[in-house]
Amino acid sequence: MMSNDLNIFLILLSAMLVNNILLIRFIALCSFFGISNSIKTSIGMGMAVIFVMVMATAVSWPVYHFVLVPLKLEYLRTAAFILTIATFVQLEEMFIRRMFPPLYRAMGIYLPLIVVNCAVLAAAFLCIDYRLDFAKSMVYTIGVSLGYFIAIVMFAAIREVVDYAPVPSLFKGHPIAFITASLMSLAFLGFKGLFGL
Amino acid sequence: MSQTSFSSLWKELTKGFLKENPILVIMLGLCATLACSTSATDAFGMGLAFSFVMLCSNIVVASIRKLVPSQVRIPVFITVISTFVTIVDYTLKAYLPALSQSLGVFVPLIVVNCIVMGRAEAFSSKNTVMASLMDGIGMGIGFTLIITVIGTMREVIGNGSLFGGQVMPAQYQPVLILILPPGAFLVIGFLMALHRKIMITLYKP
Repeated sequence: MMSNDLNIFLILLSAMLVNNILLIRFIALCSFFGISNSIKTSIGMGMAVIFVMVMATAVSWPVYHFVLVPLKLEYLRTAAFILTIATFVQLEEMFIRRMFPPLYRAMGIYLPLIVVNCAVLAAAFLCIDYRLDFAKSMVYTIGVSLGYFIAIVMFAAIREVVDYAPVPSLFKGHPIAFITASLMSLAFLGFKGLFGL
Repeated sequence: MSQTSFSSLWKELTKGFLKENPILVIMLGLCATLACSTSATDAFGMGLAFSFVMLCSNIVVASIRKLVPSQVRIPVFITVISTFVTIVDYTLKAYLPALSQSLGVFVPLIVVNCIVMGRAEAFSSKNTVMASLMDGIGMGIGFTLIITVIGTMREVIGNGSLFGGQVMPAQYQPVLILILPPGAFLVIGFLMALHRKIMITLYKP
């Protein structure tokens, strides 16, 4: 399990591969099945998630430790985090549109969707639950979001090929996508035992 | 939609069971479904927690739908949902600590369980309290039903037990893969194909 004793490199790899957020921990699956039709859109979504997730943890960690804990309001963390993240995504969207128009065109439409992407909220919660310090929380979040990126792009690549395969009619579309995901998850399970994590 | 005759209410209630099942057809709220179905007990617990949040937030959203300006509706809905999620989270922690432990981070994550938000946005923000109540109950039952079926299949085949009690003969070799993460995807893939078969036989003879 994750803890402060692990070194930074192990935290990164464990978050990215061993505990892959999509295939092993089952978080953010709606977007995983919804937006993985083409490699191009999944790259856009993956980039947007990396960006928002890292920023969200950078904001929610201080909010929890410097505002909620001193005021003994830990029970408000669900509401506090989701509002912080929603506000922050909105600000980010406006900032990117103003400052980096090409980047906005690449991932603009995915930004609002990410507010309800549970992966962002989950990463923020897990950093608190594992009692990671700030630097390690950031490394952990980067690992989680890279894991999301790798998994969704690989899955989209496989789905593009599966579209041309002769699949039994009952399994066409979503059922075969789930079975594909099952095999990918099996492959990622192979990382378990790596570094004894 | 807004008429409150018995038959239309009955329709709102039953559509969640098969025709618009939240897991198999709308395909939202998958995270909790897959992660909390390693045993029938966990699955049933998650189903109940989800149903409670779904029902309460549907009622509240429907009753305040005329007061909330549409520009700020999403933050308002999220606040309503997160209130009920916090209630469930702390109730479970206090009275059922073992269940709360095994559901883990997925209880607070009901907030961003897209299906709750999806129903608030698509249904109860446009319909009467009574219709939303029925929709909430129907969705809750549909969700609980399917997640419990998945949990049962995974527990019986993958562990040889059901609700914690041994059901398979002692010499049965459990198929471990089903309680590991890949098994969840596999079971739901086959259930979806089965659901498609049932829908074809029921509605297109």
